[in-house]
Amino acid sequence: MNAPAPLAEIDESGLAALFDALVRRGRTVVGPTVKDDAIVLAELGSAAELPHGWGVETEPGGYRLRPRTDRAAFAHSAGPQSWKTFLHPPRARLWQADRASDGTVTVREDDAPAPRYAFLGVRPCDLRAIAVQDRVLTAGAYRDPVYGRRRDGVFLIVVECTEPGGVCFCTSMGTGPGLPEGSAFDLALTETAGPGGLSYLIRAGSPEGSELLAELPARPTDGVRARAAVAGAAGRMGREVDASDLRALMAGTMTAERWNQVADRCLTCGNCTMVCPTCFCTTTEETTDLTGDHAERWRRWDSCFDLDFSHLHGVGPVRSSARSRYRQWLTHKLGTWYDQFGSSGCVGCGRCIAWCPVGIDITEEVTALRAESGAAGAR
Amino acid sequence: MTPVPYRVADRRQESADTVTLTLAPAAHALPPFRPGQFAMLYAFGVGEAPLSVSGISGNLLHHTVRAVGKVSEALCRAEPGNWIGVRGPYGTAWPTPPAGDDVLVVAGGIGLAPLRPVIVESLARSGRLSVLVGYREPGEQLFPAELPLWRRRAQVLVTVDRPTPGWQGPVGLVTALLDTADCRTDRCTAFLCGPEPMMRATVGELLRRGVPAERIVLSLERNMHCGTGWCGHCQLGPLLLCRDGPVVDWARAGEPLSVSER
Amino acid sequence: MTAPRLAVWKFSSCDGCQLTLLDLEDELVSLSGELEIGYFLEATSDTLPPPYDLSLVEGSVAAGADLERIRWIREQSRHLVTIGACATAGGVQALRNLSPLPEYQSVVYARPDYLDSLDDSTPISAHVPVDFELRGCPIDKRQLLEVITAFLADRKPDIPTHSVCFECKLRGTTCVTVAHGTPCLGPVTHAGCGALCPAYGRGCYGCFGPVPTTPGGGGPNTRAMLPLLRRDGLSEADIARLYRTFNAEAPEFAEAARQAEEEAR
Repeated sequence: MNAPAPLAEIDESGLAALFDALVRRGRTVVGPTVKDDAIVLAELGSAAELPHGWGVETEPGGYRLRPRTDRAAFAHSAGPQSWKTFLHPPRARLWQADRASDGTVTVREDDAPAPRYAFLGVRPCDLRAIAVQDRVLTAGAYRDPVYGRRRDGVFLIVVECTEPGGVCFCTSMGTGPGLPEGSAFDLALTETAGPGGLSYLIRAGSPEGSELLAELPARPTDGVRARAAVAGAAGRMGREVDASDLRALMAGTMTAERWNQVADRCLTCGNCTMVCPTCFCTTTEETTDLTGDHAERWRRWDSCFDLDFSHLHGVGPVRSSARSRYRQWLTHKLGTWYDQFGSSGCVGCGRCIAWCPVGIDITEEVTALRAESGAAGAR
Repeated sequence: MTPVPYRVADRRQESADTVTLTLAPAAHALPPFRPGQFAMLYAFGVGEAPLSVSGISGNLLHHTVRAVGKVSEALCRAEPGNWIGVRGPYGTAWPTPPAGDDVLVVAGGIGLAPLRPVIVESLARSGRLSVLVGYREPGEQLFPAELPLWRRRAQVLVTVDRPTPGWQGPVGLVTALLDTADCRTDRCTAFLCGPEPMMRATVGELLRRGVPAERIVLSLERNMHCGTGWCGHCQLGPLLLCRDGPVVDWARAGEPLSVSER
Repeated sequence: MTAPRLAVWKFSSCDGCQLTLLDLEDELVSLSGELEIGYFLEATSDTLPPPYDLSLVEGSVAAGADLERIRWIREQSRHLVTIGACATAGGVQALRNLSPLPEYQSVVYARPDYLDSLDDSTPISAHVPVDFELRGCPIDKRQLLEVITAFLADRKPDIPTHSVCFECKLRGTTCVTVAHGTPCLGPVTHAGCGALCPAYGRGCYGCFGPVPTTPGGGGPNTRAMLPLLRRDGLSEADIARLYRTFNAEAPEFAEAARQAEEEAR
């Protein structure tokens, strides 16, 4: 049996050293930063741009920045974006085509190399979300070239969660707040703030991660404080939900009255799908220039809330009402995702709850559907 | 996932708004298609549409296209020699019926197109073949050139919703033809394609007559953009129709199709 | 093959949507190569006789003479596209539909008897069949270019009908309602502007009108918006005014304004 690997930690200067090491390796570092009164994900110029000293308060339909009493950089829950912005970008050109005077068409695929990203501050829930999109976009019969190129080169630095938000429920979904066994990552950090400043428990999850860790000014630690912070977070989730056998619950409640009630509140604005870190749907744009001899195929994020999403010639939208569109979203996310991709599509990050303008709460909907289904079963 | 260049080798007008295109690879052919599978056909500068093959002969693909939108209109206008981009093959194929089984084909309008290869293959089999087709009007009838050949080996019954002067065949729903269909319901595989209400009604009748759900096979349609399982548009409950369809048996399609989606 | 002949028509409007065509500075030269300008008085006093392949119609039907003219234009046009909130929903001037016209006329004009005004300002589609409606006050120039290039290529224009929220999310704008408590009509408003206002920290004013209503029950859920707009500081009167800014007579926004007034009572 192997002896347990010694634990290491770095301090704030070590975090800066990590950042610089990533830049030296030619990586574009993406991480959280404060912009427009929110903690967004953006390309960062230095570790100083991290949201040091900022936390957030979230509730259904609400998100506010709050100053913290410490300098913690990762003591905030999910913001308005997720990493899919970078791996599965909102718009991407797939190919261009030109028509010659003899009618022959030449098609050129857009295969420019993707940026070599380093994602700094991936939460365990979001790491699971990346794994979920991996399965959808790269593990089937076809591998999505846009996602695949970006995903292949990415360096993942997970930061475990020590400060869950009001809409978080990762514990219920089994995705956090600590890094689940068997997760794939390059480096994992756990941030704690103490009288001596910030410290980060750090461990490597890949050869490249180990190599980078060896360059950092790390010191040994027992890791007790970090472990306690993560364990404490598990008990402070803003929400919880009974996630047992959601697939059967969804399949069994397709005609529930609850769908009518949620439809009364739903704006069908599509925000939940856009902020969801696993929602992957896209549509295509066919563009031409004024001469008509140059065409381009783009794709952009789409949503099951868009009426055109299910449009069929001669039929119109297959799903028209708010009821059927919301039901499609939820039953896919929690139910038929298992049939299609072998897992849940929900990771418990809570974004859909916070960024729904009218505060529709997925955990509340599940609970209500379960209650209705239970009541129906008892009858 | 870029369109592969094909050329229109032949164009046959089937009816006022429907043509059959024969497409030949301009350079390299796509992997072989099987009946029931579909291609994404690209009309330059206009867009792509998913279309099941209506025939396969070697490297040549046959697609029967009805002009219902801008892309299909552009495809219908294509002349021999014109460039068409093709992606595929995508989706599931029609199953091979057990040896000795009868084959029942029930089609609504343009739904006959994906079923054409089933008919062509069944003509060469032992066992009975019955083809029931419903059109809105007599002028919509497809494959007029092939009908005499089919009729030599198979029962072909055509009904219309709205007869025009001179129409002597039956009038009404295609389900009304089931009583006269020449097939043994206990030894029959049914192949269906057409508008969903027509397929639901037909399935209901077939189940009532004792055809098992696994032997009732449908080609289904949903909005599609990629063909590769990435765009999400073609969901039908647990099924991604570009991947798990378009050909699905009733044992799998029945439950999701029983949910009212409106 | 001759280039398709373009006509640009003005009804009751401010000219801002026509001007959008001239704002296509980078494309104007190639545009004039692909299209023959048959009638576009804001650009040239030279005109060519009908018929026209593509007519862009700006403005609402608000005067008696408009009724005859729009029917003539329709007859002379192979493809007719209405551009802007006036042409698609009656525009700002449709506010007059809410109260009796003579009251306004006598206040504004010395000799109202010279006027040829109709009681209501109405969209073009209320009078003739329209092939496509391009929304906005004013329209977006990228969208106008898309409608024209799509017409030239005979393809479906890519003009999404979803909410403005889609555009905020696509461009990475943080939601002003959720993060700042700013009242915003984005969730019930038709996309097209590229979510301009929220990108500058302002709520959406609904310039592009309501998201579409479908027979199957799709449409803007303005009733669910009411408590949200109130929470973010608007009175019922404010809410009614907001819905009546640019698309007062778009049926869904007219109804939303009525809902707000009803609540106030």
